[in-house]
Amino acid sequence: MKIIVCLKQVPDTETQIKIAPGGEKIVTDDIKWVMNPYDEFGVEEALRLKEKFGGDVTVIGMGPKRVTESIRTALAMGADKGILISDAALEGSDSLGTAKALAAVIKGLQFDIIFTGQRGIDEDQGLTGACIADLLGIPQVSLAVKLEVAADGKSVKVNRPVEGQTLVVEAQLPVLITTQKGLNEPRYASLPGIMKAKKKPLEEKALNDLGLDPAEVGLGGRKLKIIKITPPPARAEGKIVQGETPQDKATELARLLHEEAKLI
Amino acid sequence: MAQGVWAVTEQRDGAFRKISYELVSEGRRLADKLGQKLTAVVIGASMKEKAKELSQYGADRIIMADDPRLGQYTTDAYVEIMGQLVKAEEPSVLLMGASVQGKDFSARLAGRLGVGMAQDCTAFDIENGGLIATRPVYAGKAYTTVGFENSFPQMATARPNVMSVLAPDAGRSAELVDAQFTLDDAALKTKVAEAIKDASGKVDLTEADKIISGGRGMKGPENFKILEDLADVIGASVGASRSAVDAGWRPHRDQVGQTGKVVSPNLYVACGISGAIQHLAGMSTSKVIVAVNKDAEAPIFQKADYGVVGDLFDVVPALTEAVKKYM
Repeated sequence: MKIIVCLKQVPDTETQIKIAPGGEKIVTDDIKWVMNPYDEFGVEEALRLKEKFGGDVTVIGMGPKRVTESIRTALAMGADKGILISDAALEGSDSLGTAKALAAVIKGLQFDIIFTGQRGIDEDQGLTGACIADLLGIPQVSLAVKLEVAADGKSVKVNRPVEGQTLVVEAQLPVLITTQKGLNEPRYASLPGIMKAKKKPLEEKALNDLGLDPAEVGLGGRKLKIIKITPPPARAEGKIVQGETPQDKATELARLLHEEAKLI
Repeated sequence: MAQGVWAVTEQRDGAFRKISYELVSEGRRLADKLGQKLTAVVIGASMKEKAKELSQYGADRIIMADDPRLGQYTTDAYVEIMGQLVKAEEPSVLLMGASVQGKDFSARLAGRLGVGMAQDCTAFDIENGGLIATRPVYAGKAYTTVGFENSFPQMATARPNVMSVLAPDAGRSAELVDAQFTLDDAALKTKVAEAIKDASGKVDLTEADKIISGGRGMKGPENFKILEDLADVIGASVGASRSAVDAGWRPHRDQVGQTGKVVSPNLYVACGISGAIQHLAGMSTSKVIVAVNKDAEAPIFQKADYGVVGDLFDVVPALTEAVKKYM
């Protein structure tokens, strides 16, 4: 089974976001960059499928050189091969531009299943996976929490929770599946894994290698334009509910929720 | 020239989901600012009668794609149809819901149409005749305001529970249009084999009006009973922090935060949750936040409208009793 995992590098969840002067970018100086947490589930699931069906796992990342670290992490977990798409002309691509670049690389590869995280926890768009699937003309199943590939390796059953229910979706391979928490527990890279990862192939591709019109990608290709980035709206000052005993405090809170907030 | 605002509704089992009314109402406001018509789009099976009520929320036209194969949402069928409708009429603004279904649907549709898309927006406006959208990024640690660059339709999804619903006006009427589309069975590459209803029967966190969440301070899975008791009395759903989920006390689908669900209820009650930044990120657009925590220094109190410093095992059961007099 040929499996591809697309991964993104994002600021760690504990990162405080600071806005750069000019208000169009964030300050990236002190950020700890990690593999997008949703992508880790894709790497893990790919490795489990490889263990069951054989085959290989190729990890593709896009961005500046630092993304190599996240690709190496996936290789250390057990993926076989990495591809980094890196080019100054691709910087600032929106989700659609990113999907075009990834799809361009994937078109040159064999694949049965492509995994992407359900969204990047930075821009929270959740578009890239679906756009890649559409560009490749293959079905997508999003937000998988369980998947079962048929013994003949030709189809897959995916459980995806939607509000209030879980849908079991059947799709023929090749398919793109987006992953989320609950699918599995991603493994940690072992020390021997980390040593081996250093020798695994990691290929680099630039815009020239993709056969794309440069006008479609990068900052210039953006269809969604960032006008400004702002801090979250400030919340009104809160109040500490007073009272001698927990019962007093609870009674006072109930009164405030009823009379002031009008919520109960 | 692209013209008109479209609001794409969402139905399940023959009924509109709440997000549909939010989208039509917001679509009305944008259409008024643009001086253009609002079209509501209904995709489903046997929805034609039900669809008429959307006129009361401001739709000037209602396009209905009604087909027995469309009762259950599938990405292939819905995107295929919507792609055809958009290409035929070229609307200027296309609003959809940032529900689980809407996110899947809109993401693929944006790819199909090759347009820019703003996901999970909390506010819209019109500037110089173009759509401007505000959306949380980094799970709400910052907000971006975005516009569109020669990209039509201007496509965006609205976060559930954020857009206010207009009071229905029975005096309004709308033009009803049967959608013209073709749907080849061969294009349907996925199928829904089964739909398993959640046992809890509670409203999903992303749509809940009220949420009671528990964190590490709950000390164990059995203690969530006291949150459920309060939730039952005030009609809330129960959520959890990442530490409570990672400890195995609650299922993954209950997790609120940057790597879980992003929620926007009218009332969010955080019990025994210290307020790690990744949790705050998932609930900061809640309208009223209540925090119950022993530690007066817990960061959650900086976000709370009402803070109770105390032991949740005393405060929450007392609150459950205290609210009964108002219910």
